[in-house]
Amino acid sequence: MPHGQSIGLGLAMGILARVVLLRSDYRQYPTYPHGYASHLFLGIIAALVGAVSIPALIAKEWTAVTFFVIVAQQFREIRSMERDSLAALEETQLVARGSDYIESIARVFEARYYIVIFVAASAAYGAERGGVLLGIVLGVIAFAGSTLVIKPEPLSRSVEVEPAQVNFKGADLYVGDMFIMNVGLEESRKSILEHGIGAILTPKTETARDTLANLGQRQAILHDVAGILGVKKDIDTPEYTPMATRNIQTGRVGIFIVPEERDAGLLINIIKRTPVLESARGRSLYRKLS
Amino acid sequence: MEITISGMIICAVTDDGAKVKDVPAFIVKEEAARQEKARLLSRILKAAVHDLGDGVLIVVRH
Repeated sequence: MPHGQSIGLGLAMGILARVVLLRSDYRQYPTYPHGYASHLFLGIIAALVGAVSIPALIAKEWTAVTFFVIVAQQFREIRSMERDSLAALEETQLVARGSDYIESIARVFEARYYIVIFVAASAAYGAERGGVLLGIVLGVIAFAGSTLVIKPEPLSRSVEVEPAQVNFKGADLYVGDMFIMNVGLEESRKSILEHGIGAILTPKTETARDTLANLGQRQAILHDVAGILGVKKDIDTPEYTPMATRNIQTGRVGIFIVPEERDAGLLINIIKRTPVLESARGRSLYRKLS
Repeated sequence: MEITISGMIICAVTDDGAKVKDVPAFIVKEEAARQEKARLLSRILKAAVHDLGDGVLIVVRH
């Protein structure tokens, strides 16, 4: 088999790239083990597409190349598959992800398959031109470069996150000096004072201010916080719903939650680590340019 | 898909019926009893209670 070495190396590097990218983190997605199984299987197909495409190009097998391009296009379906799957779960979530976060996750999943194809193709090209060692080196460079490009930006880079005291002025709930909502029940006010925690987010730049103005970004923060700290809430206690309220004068955002685990330090860390969603990214820079 | 009405005042709990119009109102004179009535309505109707002051509580579905 004339191209066996390059196809084998490309396939192995591609699968390895998918395995490394297939990590279940604190967002608990993909869900172990069924999500893993389907994504690993699709990863093998993507790696095969990438690995075989280079030898096919070198051998001038244009029919094969055309087929691989068609197969590669099928990975566009991954995005809608992930979107549908996550959207179906929204109704039963106490704190929903929100459509922006779902779209962001779906995009990441789609992009990961293109990375697998790219890594497999790079490794196969290296093996064809200079042997196994060059193939490994090119594969690693392709993987490192691609993951660097799609690495999500954490909120902490553009937003100041500080803990703030939950307090009441009459029936009005405040986090620090920021109004959150009106709570009519005395019992709920006592419980919120006892168990609630809060944070204030201050944008460092105009772009960050626009990002925090996006409802999808704020919902993503609340989803991550509620997912990790838990939330003392049920469908008949809407006053315990986590909230992110914006001050339209300053652009600051107050976060309020009644968590199962009352850890203000952890709350700050989770908010800082929340990714800036692609769809929520501020565009004030373009405003200046125009 | 479940279709529900959202963003509406379902009812009010007040110490004086004259303070509330066009919304079902529960008239309870005593503050503690008003709070308890509002709490029960909130849990039954899965809605939030807001305090408008002056002895008027409204039950709102958001």
